[in-house]
Amino acid sequence: MARVTTRPAPAKGKLGLDPVTVRQARSLARKVGRPIVRMAQQHTTVSVERATLRLAGLEGADAEGTPWVNRLVDVVRSDVGLEHGVALPVWDALRRAEGADLRELAEKASAGSVTFRLPEGQDAKRARTSAGKAVGAGIKRIDARRKERERLMARIGDAPTTPWIYLIVATGDIYEDIPQAQAAAREGADVIAVIRSTGQSLLDFVPEGPTREGFAGTYATQENFRLMRAALDETSKELGRYVRLTNYASGLCMPEIAALAGLERLDMMLNDSMYGILFRDINPVRTFVDQRFSRQIHARAGIIINTGEDNYLTTADAVEAAHTVTTSQLLNEYFGKEAGLEDWQLGLGHAFEIDPDIPDSFRLELAHAMLARDLFPDAPLKWMPPTRHMTGDVFRGYLLDGFFNLVGALTSQGILLVGMMTEAVVTPWLSDRDLALQNVRYVMNAAGNLREDFRPEPDGFIARRARQVLAETIELLEQIADEPGRAPLLEAIADGTFGLMKRPADQGRGLEGVAEKARGYWNPASELLEAGR
Amino acid sequence: MTAGTSPIRPYGDTTGDGMVQLSFTLPMPHSKVAEGAAVQLATKMGMDPALVAHAKQMGEDYTFFVVYGRVNHVVDPGQVEIVERDYPVLTPKEANAAIKRSLRRRLVVVGACIGTDAHTVGIDAILNIKGFAGEKGLEYYRELKVVNLGAQVSVPQLVERAREEGADAVLVSQVVTQRDAHLLNTREMSAAFREAYSPEKRPLLIVGGPRFDEATAGQLGVDRVFTRGTTPGDVASYLVHRLAGPAPARKAS
Repeated sequence: MARVTTRPAPAKGKLGLDPVTVRQARSLARKVGRPIVRMAQQHTTVSVERATLRLAGLEGADAEGTPWVNRLVDVVRSDVGLEHGVALPVWDALRRAEGADLRELAEKASAGSVTFRLPEGQDAKRARTSAGKAVGAGIKRIDARRKERERLMARIGDAPTTPWIYLIVATGDIYEDIPQAQAAAREGADVIAVIRSTGQSLLDFVPEGPTREGFAGTYATQENFRLMRAALDETSKELGRYVRLTNYASGLCMPEIAALAGLERLDMMLNDSMYGILFRDINPVRTFVDQRFSRQIHARAGIIINTGEDNYLTTADAVEAAHTVTTSQLLNEYFGKEAGLEDWQLGLGHAFEIDPDIPDSFRLELAHAMLARDLFPDAPLKWMPPTRHMTGDVFRGYLLDGFFNLVGALTSQGILLVGMMTEAVVTPWLSDRDLALQNVRYVMNAAGNLREDFRPEPDGFIARRARQVLAETIELLEQIADEPGRAPLLEAIADGTFGLMKRPADQGRGLEGVAEKARGYWNPASELLEAGR
Repeated sequence: MTAGTSPIRPYGDTTGDGMVQLSFTLPMPHSKVAEGAAVQLATKMGMDPALVAHAKQMGEDYTFFVVYGRVNHVVDPGQVEIVERDYPVLTPKEANAAIKRSLRRRLVVVGACIGTDAHTVGIDAILNIKGFAGEKGLEYYRELKVVNLGAQVSVPQLVERAREEGADAVLVSQVVTQRDAHLLNTREMSAAFREAYSPEKRPLLIVGGPRFDEATAGQLGVDRVFTRGTTPGDVASYLVHRLAGPAPARKAS
């Protein structure tokens, strides 16, 4: 049970962190995370089951826009429950010729003309075989997409330097997003993120088809993914570097969106372990179960995840809460690796959000960023620009973004979300983006190699501050580990340890979509994903 | 001369110099013609003389300009009319402090989308800690206890939960407006609360959505209507104003 992972002693890094302390922090994260993984293994959710059907190729929606995967899972659930998984009852029904294929079965089921049962004996065995084949084909497609990405990168070329420049588009209309994304890539973006429509995270279904209307963002749909990836493939060829595409595997449909991302060759996905719980009031059990499955898919698909630690600093003070960022990074690392992600796939998040009016704010930012770099030497790290202290004074904001870029340069960030001086004023204009990119280029050109010369005093302000944050992190992890119950982390989330929110495990959205697995639970996707590791 | 009442000009470095700066993009490549076009725009905006301090082409088809110049306009602060909001906008800190001071307990807010409306965008933007327009939602306020019931809540359910939670305020969001559903639902809701509560015990009723008219609160039987562009801070400030305002310190309770 207690698998001993022998990791090489972490490179000492620039802060000279004590390896024993670092190991202690990691083992505490493991201690806190392991019961959550066990709990995730003991449950399934409607979205995990729907993702399984999507992998088997069930697409499309009925006339009302409800996806067929939702229709089918709902009927199966009301007939035989969710606790055995939908694969056996669904492929048993197909074998009984209740439908020619999944789509027809879903149509008939929602019209009420199919009754599902839990097959036994030979029937179960046969259902298993066909389900395994159908879902296996989806996993194979994900594998093929990953190879295709590797091939394109080899042929066209990868982003020439790090940090990768990450720019956002968000018009609500996929057909407007496409030229904007292509323009952003031509201007220098290495990564394009399409912001989702407000509130999509709370929809318990994935909308279908190309979409032209959204609230402050564009819906994540399979067709939108496909259209944008195809457009960026063209632009990548034109520019001679592969432009990565990012979306959000978060909210109630995390597993399904992860599956769609894998099938449509998205390259990075925002995928945090606790964001949905804390900031969207999604049920904790639902989130952890969905998150594990989605990360298994990301691992398989070669997708880099971006975690959401920056969010902690938008609600709490960035100095006082610095250790909550580190704590969350350690948990995201544990959960990510447990799900099969490798270091290069962990875009752990952090942000430049300290009040610029406090003394030594830049040194504090640098200390926090260096701590992240030294703790996770092989992770790309996602560096998020200031938002909280962008006041609308665009001139001051431009300077702040310059300092943000400088910290990025000094700490070898892998992914740099470009800060806009018009943050809090308008969605970025063409000229805002141009100025912002000039800012990044100036700093990288002028100081990109400064890290070679820069080493903080071993007992100076920066090193001491980093050690202090790490010590507070260990304290917080110990405090979490001391919570009662079988899953202390759930207790900690319930009593408001993170952010300001109390999120009990028996409340929150999406709870009704969670089921404890029965003894005979079987899911071909999980089986393949676990086996492939 | 009283500041703020007599006509004035913008100030660069000398009183009355009228100097301003301006930046914009024109959809054309950089050239002498483009700079001339930039000057033309500035002149039309009242800048004379206008000096193109900086011009930079972006991509193939756009040019960014920074223009300095003197404007010939004069402004008269005495003529400015401002619409005063009937309550002050508070920061979360101020709102929390006011609630703590006057209620000495957390203020309870119950929110929902009623009827068949499944669009929780509005209520979530106001209530979720994630918030809206750079402002954190009401969950962020330590002194507010937020109960978000989500979508498709029936009016009787809403009344029941409001009672259970001891709601000080009930927030209802309505996005769908087919056949005036938002107005009918709101009237049904306000009638139900009036029936279930005595007037002095009734929670504050607030409704919001993009298609409401702020002036119709009375007709709908609610205390306040919020419309498009409302931020969580607006709602929190209003709650404090009505329920935890600088009321007399002595309170029969």
